[in-house]
Amino acid sequence: MTLTKAGIRIEDLHLSFGETKVLEGIDMVIEPGEFFAFLGPSGSGKSTLLRAIAGFGPTPRGRILIGDRDIAALPPWKRNVGMVFQSYALWPHMSVRRNVAFGLEERRMPAREIGPRVEQALETVGLLHLADRMPAQLSGGQQQRVALARTIAIEPQVLLLDEPLSNLDAALRVQMRRELLALQRKLGLTTIFVTHDQEEANTTSDRMAVLDRGVIQQIGTPQQLYDHPENAFVAGFLGTANILKGAMQGADFVTEAGQRLPVAPAAAPAAAPAADVNRIVLRPQNIRIAASGGDIMGTVAHREFLGSQIRYLVDTPDGQIIVDTLHSSGPPPYDEGAAVSLSIDSQSAPLLAD
Amino acid sequence: MADTTTPSRGFTLFPRLSGAAVAGILIAIFLMAFLVLPVAQVIYVAFLDARTGVFTLQNFQDFFNTTLFRESFANSFYVSAMSVVLATLIALPLAYITTRFNFAGTAAIQALGIIPLIMPPFVGAVAMSLLFGRNGSINLLLNQHFGFRIPFMEGLNGVILVQSIHYFPFILINLSASLRNIDRSMEEAAQNLGSHGIRMFRRIVFPLAMPGYLAGAALVFIKVFDDLGTPLLLNVNNMLAPQAYLRITGVGINDPMGYVISFILVAFSVFSLWASFLFMRGKDYATVQKGGGGLSRRDLKPREKWLAWGVILLILAMVLSPHIGLLLLAFGTIWSFSPLPDGFTLQHFGTIFTQSSQYVWNTLIYAGSAAVIDVILGTAIAYIVIRTGLPGRKWLDYMATAALAVPGVVLGIGYLRMFHGIQLPFGLGQMSSFWGIIIVALAVRRLPYALRACMAALQQVSLSLEEAAESLGASRSSTIRRIVVPLMTGGILAGFVTSFATAAVELSATIMLVGRSSDAPLAYGIYLYMQSPAGRGPGAALGILAVVIVALGSYLSQRIIERERARQAMTADRP
Repeated sequence: MTLTKAGIRIEDLHLSFGETKVLEGIDMVIEPGEFFAFLGPSGSGKSTLLRAIAGFGPTPRGRILIGDRDIAALPPWKRNVGMVFQSYALWPHMSVRRNVAFGLEERRMPAREIGPRVEQALETVGLLHLADRMPAQLSGGQQQRVALARTIAIEPQVLLLDEPLSNLDAALRVQMRRELLALQRKLGLTTIFVTHDQEEANTTSDRMAVLDRGVIQQIGTPQQLYDHPENAFVAGFLGTANILKGAMQGADFVTEAGQRLPVAPAAAPAAAPAADVNRIVLRPQNIRIAASGGDIMGTVAHREFLGSQIRYLVDTPDGQIIVDTLHSSGPPPYDEGAAVSLSIDSQSAPLLAD
Repeated sequence: MADTTTPSRGFTLFPRLSGAAVAGILIAIFLMAFLVLPVAQVIYVAFLDARTGVFTLQNFQDFFNTTLFRESFANSFYVSAMSVVLATLIALPLAYITTRFNFAGTAAIQALGIIPLIMPPFVGAVAMSLLFGRNGSINLLLNQHFGFRIPFMEGLNGVILVQSIHYFPFILINLSASLRNIDRSMEEAAQNLGSHGIRMFRRIVFPLAMPGYLAGAALVFIKVFDDLGTPLLLNVNNMLAPQAYLRITGVGINDPMGYVISFILVAFSVFSLWASFLFMRGKDYATVQKGGGGLSRRDLKPREKWLAWGVILLILAMVLSPHIGLLLLAFGTIWSFSPLPDGFTLQHFGTIFTQSSQYVWNTLIYAGSAAVIDVILGTAIAYIVIRTGLPGRKWLDYMATAALAVPGVVLGIGYLRMFHGIQLPFGLGQMSSFWGIIIVALAVRRLPYALRACMAALQQVSLSLEEAAESLGASRSSTIRRIVVPLMTGGILAGFVTSFATAAVELSATIMLVGRSSDAPLAYGIYLYMQSPAGRGPGAALGILAVVIVALGSYLSQRIIERERARQAMTADRP
């Protein structure tokens, strides 16, 4: 199955439900063949944006281009955009085969071509042997694959996945996200994946856009966003982060409580001058904990055993700081109440100016 | 279910489980005696030679060899099928408009779904013939202005018109519910794959709503097929139920044809229910997801809005016509060969209060007693089925619910046959003509309604509330009395009101069991009055009373159910 690769360009998109603004000034470019994720908490507008690309919901203001074609004014049935729904939306009164054939029949394709296309699509998702079952006779994972087959059968220019893993149990979720990625690589189909789960976004997507309250917070590869967040929301939403307030003094960052922390020049935000820097992001695993000799003094308030890691909550003059240390064996070195000293890794402590 | 008796509590005659068992056995005996055996007897007699008493199929052969019966069979089938068609034509646009569009008239449509049900169809039948009959208001006006008439009420047409106007809400309610249960994503997925408009409605939306539609249609079919009152009042006798009634009351209790017809009626009811059950099995298409809405609705364009209002007002006029006709008849003086009555008067109400108040009192007593019996049996059966491990408890539920498939005529014939010749003590006379048997018939016919209400109520009482009482030392009977029944009050009350209101206008079983006119209830009184042109005014006035009783009952039960729901919602946070 060969599909035409098409990029997506969204320009200055605004959308509101009545008086409520749901999306504001969305601009993004998704490359042909890219696996792109929309990541954000519920209510961030990520699903609304996806539905706007598919043509559902209120008509947005702005442009949505697929390839060179502006589709913003087209009805859903003329967009050739394939969408897999969160609920899968398999029609319960049709067999798997008829579900998959539906889109082709609507395109008035001759019946002798529909059969092979349906079988090929089911083959791709590995469900050809279940073609004559009814949807209610399938497991959640199988229904998901049928929904995928139904969508790729029409050979859409773009594949949209709306929280596709949220209805599966944890073990199946990990397996399905690998299969999804493998399928996307095989088809080379430009794909947008909506999720609120950072792990899903990190493990599957080439690049992602983090959304909050209808605004894009940052776009980049998962690692870029984790290592170089541009604001506190992105820093906090991707992984655990200690965010301390303060300001630059020379080459050092000085916290509100007066602790002086050395930072690397590369840590500063590219767009903002040093005078605007007001926060530092400290990842728990990038802080070293010792009995003495560090940058920040504190007391262990609480200790949690997480298996591969031990997490300390350390009370410091700048508030409570979370520190993770690797655990191999033996008793943990610091008890609750112990005086400790924390030192930071200057290479991996990004600065924020927001 | 361990029996942990606390010795300090007062003595109990039976151990607890036996209490439930005794109640279960008594209920089973009641249902056997007054439902299963009479119906079984009717079916059995249909296969007996009237003279020799040996098993035979001769009766069925006679039935199908008689032109009148063949015609009645075909007519009943035709009328039921056409009523389903006409009811669908009325219900489909209403269901479509309310579920697919943002429409201000939704409240009017909801009212449309209730108004017909508060008037028993036979009550409106005569009023309908005065409005739509050959010399009724509409045809007089048509003839006067355009020089033609439309045979709305000629023969079978009249039955079809009256029945479909009365029963279309069953289709409307079921179809709207199924349409509302379709998740938006079902439709969006189709649009996403290139489908839209009528084609999408035909391929995706309607098939998904099909189970609801069929449930409603099957119900309409059975109700019309079994109905006796409407054809009788419209003087259409060549249908099955009227034939059964006329044979038994005219020819006699031993005429086998009444039993053959009864067998056919029961068989058709059971078959339709079974067929719709078979079709529906595994087709629960309710696809609404958590948080997801039903089908997306759009605004109507101005011209569409006018069209929608036009359709609704037309249907509203049709639906209200029996009510309007009845009011004109009840308050009018003489109404013949004119579009409207000659004058208006309260005299008919005076007549019924002076001459016929016994009908009203009889109705209150019969329907009231029947409803009391129903809620007692309903509560007991619900408790036994849901809360005890009694063997065979499900059969109590099945038996009680089976009453739905038994036409009133058949139950009436069964009682006549079974209790004929049994003399009651204390000078109460023959059991089959004793007024008490009417109460029993009404109770059996309405038990399914009360039972469903009680079941629903008990299911909402958390088991932990009972366990809490028991762990504090209350015995099983004391828990039922002090915890379970008080918490079920709303449901029990709703069951009582529904049973009462529908029993008050029941005609088909009672018409066969009324021994003397002084024992007759309202519905029978209306039937008697409507036989003569002079009696139509008072008959209509009685009809108004009946409508008021049913409307009040429906309103009350609705209020009770809503209040219960609000109360449940307040305490529903707990698992």
